[in-house]
Amino acid sequence: MNLSVVKPKKRNSLSRQDTRTAWLFIAPSLIIILGVALWPILSTFFLSFFNAPSGLNQPRIFNWGRNYIDLLADPAFWQTISRTAYFTIVSVVLELLAGLGIAQLIHSRPLGWKFLRFSLIIPWAVPTIVSGAMWRWIYSGDFGALNGLLMQLGLIKHYIPFLTKPELAMNLVILADFWHVVPLVALILQAALAGIPVELDEAAEVDGANAWQRFWNIRLPMLRGAILVALIIRTVEAFRVFDIVYIITSGGPASSTITISYLTYLTTFPYGKLGAGAALSFLISIFTLTLAIIYIRFLYRPEENQ
Amino acid sequence: MIHPRKLFGKLFMFLLVVVVLLFIYLPILWLLSASLSTQVELFSVPPHWIPQHPTAQNYLDILFPGTAASSVPRTFAVSILNSLRVASILTVLCLVIGGLAAYALVRIPFKGGRGIMVGILGVRMIPEISLIIPLFIIASQMKLINTPTVLIITYMSFALPYSIWMMAIFFQTVPRELEEAARLDGCSRLQTLYKVILPISTPGLISTALFVFLLAWDEFFFALIFTSTLASKTVPVAIAEFVGRYAVNITGMMAGGFLAALPPIILALIFQRYIVRGLTAGAVKG
Repeated sequence: MNLSVVKPKKRNSLSRQDTRTAWLFIAPSLIIILGVALWPILSTFFLSFFNAPSGLNQPRIFNWGRNYIDLLADPAFWQTISRTAYFTIVSVVLELLAGLGIAQLIHSRPLGWKFLRFSLIIPWAVPTIVSGAMWRWIYSGDFGALNGLLMQLGLIKHYIPFLTKPELAMNLVILADFWHVVPLVALILQAALAGIPVELDEAAEVDGANAWQRFWNIRLPMLRGAILVALIIRTVEAFRVFDIVYIITSGGPASSTITISYLTYLTTFPYGKLGAGAALSFLISIFTLTLAIIYIRFLYRPEENQ
Repeated sequence: MIHPRKLFGKLFMFLLVVVVLLFIYLPILWLLSASLSTQVELFSVPPHWIPQHPTAQNYLDILFPGTAASSVPRTFAVSILNSLRVASILTVLCLVIGGLAAYALVRIPFKGGRGIMVGILGVRMIPEISLIIPLFIIASQMKLINTPTVLIITYMSFALPYSIWMMAIFFQTVPRELEEAARLDGCSRLQTLYKVILPISTPGLISTALFVFLLAWDEFFFALIFTSTLASKTVPVAIAEFVGRYAVNITGMMAGGFLAALPPIILALIFQRYIVRGLTAGAVKG
């Protein structure tokens, strides 16, 4: 997955012609990306310094960073940050651990491993919104499958309205996200595991290393690259979680599942405070960008990490 | 004879496989079962795991709604066409536009190529929410709200960098000698791309096309903000709409959900090999 871009050679007429062709080929992509990504993100940053109510012809007033100051002084903002951090850390850690476990499970070729690998792609392929709608119905307090199952197993006596309990709701959103995402992590790690030379493992076995030692000392270090890629990508995605929250809880109950993206959405659209929303969304970009830089640095240093 | 400890280990591993399989399939099977149930059965306690009177009515209701039906189920059939249209046009555009860029970036030596590649990787990670406000303002001014055009254009913000990155990885694996031979034969860069690189990279192109299509089929946030009319909503928005202001249309939501999940599941199962290639190359889907 590492890319090296060819370096320009000495200047002559052929290379000048090449340069022209290259820019000609790249121009359409560059123009589009400038228009739909770079310009908007700069514009968002600019707007975040204004008091900007939504609606056409509303005056925009420069307010000297007031949006940021208000945010940082608002306890609700910090609660949202800690909620988002909770979602991100718990879901990413669980997904990586389970993904690694499933990858290793497939790797050791038990009965049914082929069918398992075949099936893994299904939850990943289900659209996020469908997965959310499905889990919302499973969690239903009146007729949900989770309640039905727990009752038939004799674990509960009455149906529990899970999604009305603030202390439960976020964890249930995490479980739904887990179902949707673990296959992706498992597939990435499984492909990486399959790329490790078998001889290494066999040599260690001859030397008397047990299964756990072989996993811990041989396979895990060789998976470092794949794990890091999965970790960064998942962290970025988990931090900006929106779809699944929207469909399962809409931020409720009692704001207990409002994440930073959801707060940004609420501030910008239903509440119509574009300036404050821009400030929030810019904060999300800063976090994402930091992780992106780590990711890019990692991808561009093939020798060390492969 | 097998050692008993080894046999126990094998059995334990098999049990783990079964547990993971149950975790994968039970929710999906429940979705299917619910979509085939009548409202009465759906609202029974304890749940009827397998409907006693299975019915296709829920599907008929959302696919062929009568004129009397409320607007929500009527949206669904239209939304499938909208999603198909947006996803397929986006896929074609990304492959053509992004393919040219990817080729230039990995195979034509020129100053600034590396910087652009890094920039593209960075753009791929910008969250949609950081772009939405200016895009929304511009789209309103240009009267593009509630059109498929605005979705196709804005989806490019994530789909185009994504497809450039993936195709660059695949193009890079084409042996340079083949390309140089074509160049010596007098092919232009465009002809080389068309006659040498593309035919060899077909599997990579299939991977890229699948990913872009699935990304577009899955996308929710832009569609939620940009489309609000019956005629313009995409499938994810239509499904979210089943959660109405006053009541949830569960039967519609289950049937719609299963229908919406079916195309990506079938594509993913058929093209599993390509998807896994793409995952390890690009390693991201929302």
